[in-house]
Amino acid sequence: MVDKLNDDIGEEKRLQLWEMMLKLRLVEKKAYDLFLQNLIKGTSHLALGQEAIAGAFGVALKQGDYTFCTYRGHAHTLARGSSIEGVLGELMGRQCGLMKGKGGSMHLTDVDKGVMGSYAIIGAHLTIANGTALASKYNKTNEVSVCFFGDGTTNIGAFHEALNMAKIWNLPIVFVCENNLYMEYTPIHEVTAVEHPAADRAGAYDLDKIIVDGNDADEMLRTAEKAISKARDGKGPSLIEAKTYRHSGHSRADPGKYRPDEEVKDWMENKDPIKNYRAKLLDFNINEKIISEIEEKIKDQVEKATEISMASPIPEIKEIYTDVWANGGSEWHN
Amino acid sequence: MAQLTYRASVSLAIAQSMRKDQKVFFIGEDVGAAGGVFKATVGLLEEFGKERVMDAPISEQAILGAAMGAAMTGLRPIAEIMFSDFLAVCWDIVANQIAKTRYMSDGQINIPLVIRTANGGGSKFGAQHSQSLENWSMMIPGLKVVAPSCPSDVLGLMDSAVKDPDPVIFYEHKSLYAFKEEIEQTDISIPIGEANTLHEGKDITIIGLALMAQRAKEAALILKDKHDINAKVIDLRSLVPLDLQTIKKSVIDTGHVLTVEENPRLCGWGAEISSLISEHCFKNLKGPVTRVTTPHVPLPSADILEDNTIPSVELIVNEVIKKLKGE
Repeated sequence: MVDKLNDDIGEEKRLQLWEMMLKLRLVEKKAYDLFLQNLIKGTSHLALGQEAIAGAFGVALKQGDYTFCTYRGHAHTLARGSSIEGVLGELMGRQCGLMKGKGGSMHLTDVDKGVMGSYAIIGAHLTIANGTALASKYNKTNEVSVCFFGDGTTNIGAFHEALNMAKIWNLPIVFVCENNLYMEYTPIHEVTAVEHPAADRAGAYDLDKIIVDGNDADEMLRTAEKAISKARDGKGPSLIEAKTYRHSGHSRADPGKYRPDEEVKDWMENKDPIKNYRAKLLDFNINEKIISEIEEKIKDQVEKATEISMASPIPEIKEIYTDVWANGGSEWHN
Repeated sequence: MAQLTYRASVSLAIAQSMRKDQKVFFIGEDVGAAGGVFKATVGLLEEFGKERVMDAPISEQAILGAAMGAAMTGLRPIAEIMFSDFLAVCWDIVANQIAKTRYMSDGQINIPLVIRTANGGGSKFGAQHSQSLENWSMMIPGLKVVAPSCPSDVLGLMDSAVKDPDPVIFYEHKSLYAFKEEIEQTDISIPIGEANTLHEGKDITIIGLALMAQRAKEAALILKDKHDINAKVIDLRSLVPLDLQTIKKSVIDTGHVLTVEENPRLCGWGAEISSLISEHCFKNLKGPVTRVTTPHVPLPSADILEDNTIPSVELIVNEVIKKLKGE
């Protein structure tokens, strides 16, 4: 039951979150369609089903804050306000892409929006995110750095190095573990010493054990806001473990057959963050017309961005040789 | 005029950069309170305080990751990796992240940082604390690679490295830390990518780097005094960018080339130089470009073994005589 009298979030923010999550869902679905049409090459790691986590942080963060995400980063990039054609165009290798085709699906970067990159080697970006947090502390500014990663990351050394450093230097950073129950193709318990891969390690670095239902958008927003405020107030890092589930396989190559049918069905039908949030908006007496109008608006945005991306030219071959160095070139001898 | 060691020039170079630019900070293991395991960073903590001289945990990935992230925001970190061998435990951050992020982001992100590291043999530390690894970073697009051979080059090249908008790996040679030089002016700048001539000569070009450049110079003095051979010694100072023009000019003059490398044989930087000379100066060559390297073995520890593994002055002298006189 919803407690309408003591609503700490409010209609405006809820609709903002709804619009955000819907955008992440519909763009990701579009990316999948474009893959099937062979208009997107390479690989892709979709975040379908995990939208509430990136969405909540997208709503909670301020301009100027830094975010770092993984190769499963389309949603986290869009959540900071990057354009849909920037994301889809990059996936399609077009000039309108965020990096004009230089990076691809796994490396989406949009510095103007605070998207400090998507990282495709597990663990690395936790250490790098400490660096932007360190810079905020060094410069005595109050930006917060947020670093998203999967449950599999908790078993690599960089995770532990980064948490220790963040704690000893009291850095303004939030580490967000998206626990989707599988480390690539393998269930967590088969390859991990503890039940909660992030939260059970928090104590080792004198951090609070925080576990949240990552598919409950309201709870996710509350958790995000609390951790962000703590970091912004100079009270140090947080490690959040958000439980979620990906609707598709690990990557394009993975049909996800290792997951029991009943489990997949349960998460898709009963725990889908978008479906459930729509129901919650109605519970809060938000006019269904407003909800539907937002749906139509986002659908329209995605279609238009797809058209822009498809019409955008492919990169010029000379781009191969640009931007290795800050002088714009790639020369290595005189 | 003051005499300065290579070791003292490192801390002075860092201090000069930090005095000039508030954006410069220094991070590493045991670099502050302890002054560095090679005592090359003594006094920095006292002058700049804990906010700018950060003693980090033994976490090389976290150190370079933090330096990279800070550099992405416009700060100019100097990060120390205590021994270059330890680059292996943070090579992902170096080779995948620091080197490639500018390119992958289509130039949205600059990474102006310096990674200083103690490189090379001569200390009988064995195979995991003595490697000469400059060629590792040379083969990764996006990294600049500097290796000074004397105190003035440490001062001048560090100044440029810190100001450089791109990532620079700064290989300091352990066996040169005690090397002394009379220095008139300490606040100097030497552009990265300009080789230096350590000895003039018209008979042969010897190309070296760091300790090997100094040994090549010693060899050239012996060749001149005792064998009437005039060798030109080029100290590359940086592998990336590479001063190919200086090499070409000298090869046109001498027609004979010997590279002197401390790294093991396979894929050492001399192979690339040899290939470039074949491509650009083939008609000027009077014989094959040859290479002196350590043999293709891990570096052994015992005095006699290490001393006979790393190219010596005597070996360089003998190789030159063999090339020119067929002896």
